[in-house]
Amino acid sequence: MSIQDELKSAIKAALPDLSCVIGWGAGPEPLRAAPLFIRGEADLQNFSAGFLSVNNPALYLPALKGSKVGVVAKGCDARSVGQLATETLIIREEVHVIGYPCEGVIDVDKVAAALAGVCEPGEVGALREDGDNVALDTPKGEVRLAKKDIAADKCGRCIFPNAENADVFVGIRRAPTVVEDAYADIAAFEARGTEELKAFWEKEMSRCIRCYACRNACPLCVCRDHCIAASREPHWIGQTDDVPDKLFFQVIHAVHLSGRCTGCGECERACPLGIPVLKLKRALSRRVENLFGYKAGIATGTPPLLTFNIEESTIKERDW
Amino acid sequence: MSADTVKKFISFDALPGFLARVAETGTVYAPRREGGAVVYRPLKPGDAPELGARPTESCKHVVFPRSETLFSFDLKAERPALTESPEPGPAVVFGALSCDARGFLAFDPVYNGSGTGGSARDTYYLRRRSRTLLVVKACKSALNTCFCNWVGGGPASPQGADVLAVETEQGLVLDILSEQGAAFAESLPAASEAQAGAALAAVKAVEDSLPGAAELSAAPAALASLFSSAEFWKNESAHCLYCGACTYLCPTCYCFNITDESDGLSGVRLRSWDNCMSPLFTLEASGHNPRPNKADRLKNRVGHKFSYYPSLHAGRFSCCGCGRCIKSCPSSVDIRKIVLDAVKEAANV
Repeated sequence: MSIQDELKSAIKAALPDLSCVIGWGAGPEPLRAAPLFIRGEADLQNFSAGFLSVNNPALYLPALKGSKVGVVAKGCDARSVGQLATETLIIREEVHVIGYPCEGVIDVDKVAAALAGVCEPGEVGALREDGDNVALDTPKGEVRLAKKDIAADKCGRCIFPNAENADVFVGIRRAPTVVEDAYADIAAFEARGTEELKAFWEKEMSRCIRCYACRNACPLCVCRDHCIAASREPHWIGQTDDVPDKLFFQVIHAVHLSGRCTGCGECERACPLGIPVLKLKRALSRRVENLFGYKAGIATGTPPLLTFNIEESTIKERDW
Repeated sequence: MSADTVKKFISFDALPGFLARVAETGTVYAPRREGGAVVYRPLKPGDAPELGARPTESCKHVVFPRSETLFSFDLKAERPALTESPEPGPAVVFGALSCDARGFLAFDPVYNGSGTGGSARDTYYLRRRSRTLLVVKACKSALNTCFCNWVGGGPASPQGADVLAVETEQGLVLDILSEQGAAFAESLPAASEAQAGAALAAVKAVEDSLPGAAELSAAPAALASLFSSAEFWKNESAHCLYCGACTYLCPTCYCFNITDESDGLSGVRLRSWDNCMSPLFTLEASGHNPRPNKADRLKNRVGHKFSYYPSLHAGRFSCCGCGRCIKSCPSSVDIRKIVLDAVKEAANV
């Protein structure tokens, strides 16, 4: 049985006890799937999981707390489920996690770059998967691309391709892409120095339209309808079109996520203007992992920045 | 593109120099590639506009800024002082899409007072609108998410444009559609018969390449009839994140908020874009929210564009079919599907 069929069987078997199973189905164009809410067996014919399954279904779980829900989860999605459960933002027993070995997911911006001079990604008429490659039908003929060249950056540093906390796992577990995420990208980025980074963020954030797709795509961003950015009373953040107000929100978002962010990258993928906001979160995750040895979504127990010890064993506060 | 209008020509090589001269008398906004996005930016002298990829955002912010200072105030003095913001200067959008230009046609009746017998005219909008020249660059193909032809547009529609630029092998053929457009292109040579012919052929080719349009005449009544169908809207909105990407990329979304940004007794009054997908949009002072769920808000967003607005404005949809809300939606919500589902659902009830 193919992985698709095995997943469908697993969903079908679980459905009677669940209000829905969240997975992926056909999207509005060949390069993009859409999140799919499977409420009955008839919805299964639209289901498929694989290279286009970019959305993180854990996003929808906190709003469904109180009902039993299933999710089909990539390794990174499962980390979000784990972190939400650790923080009691969901009740773990209410969520049925169906895992499968993830081979990575597509980054449409990388496809756009690979198709430069050929066409826009929105002109691709069909996508066919062929092992480690995809074949794209473009107005200028077929273009073949290696999946690894157009996969999301996060997939290149993936330690957990298999949903570690799955209740049901389908298929054969994959070896991780890397053994450890050394945050080499962030180390190199930070090495550019304060002035250059300031100029970098001023330029990038000047494109921000303040749509808050980054926030709303974040599964761990749970203030939801009570976000500080939307508060009018008190009026924390100004409504200007200026970089300081825009960056202010990004910094607040990153700090709220420090030690909680699992690096699923949905914030950055969701940004319609392609602003690399995941860098801010990874810069903080790197420090939390180094300082507290806490890997969000994998570790259990209270996230280190949601509590404190009078004497933190890993922080040398004084010389004595 | 009509054979009867005046046609001018400019080669690709001459374009940066020409636009630099235009920029001496006003701001020229043109598409520029930044990261993975294409955005409208003031053109730097000598730069060529990005005409190869369609802009991620619409150009509505040129006329309707994301955040605009209405006036500044200072209440510290004996007599409170209000200072009007300076008059905006002239602007040219070079390389707008035809859907972008048509987007302003949905804005106009809301802001020019025509819906209120002239009593509610938005001077802030109108002064920028009247000073902004739109040079539309005809599309050479349709994207998967495009549906301009469903809502009365086309890849080379002249509606709303001052100039329609059509790409040919040697350069752009400019179809002059207004007096302001004629002034803009005055210094350019007339297009030769061959150049004009090539442009007409290019327009015909792209128009012929478009998939057929869906029939939407039943949409306004269908959406109105589904106003109380909570289950329908719950299902349609299940995967929506209720962010503002669709609204803020949309050429026809015109809602705004007004806030005072004050520092003690002085400050500015801002008008900034607002987003009907946000719960704050309808949150009342009492704490009651008539649209508490994303299903309520998505119903309003789609209903506004395809039912309520047309009922007020002679049947025109407040949607220009640019498809940016589909193309850039992080969760792949497709407004075309929602409207078609509504038509189907209403027919079954």
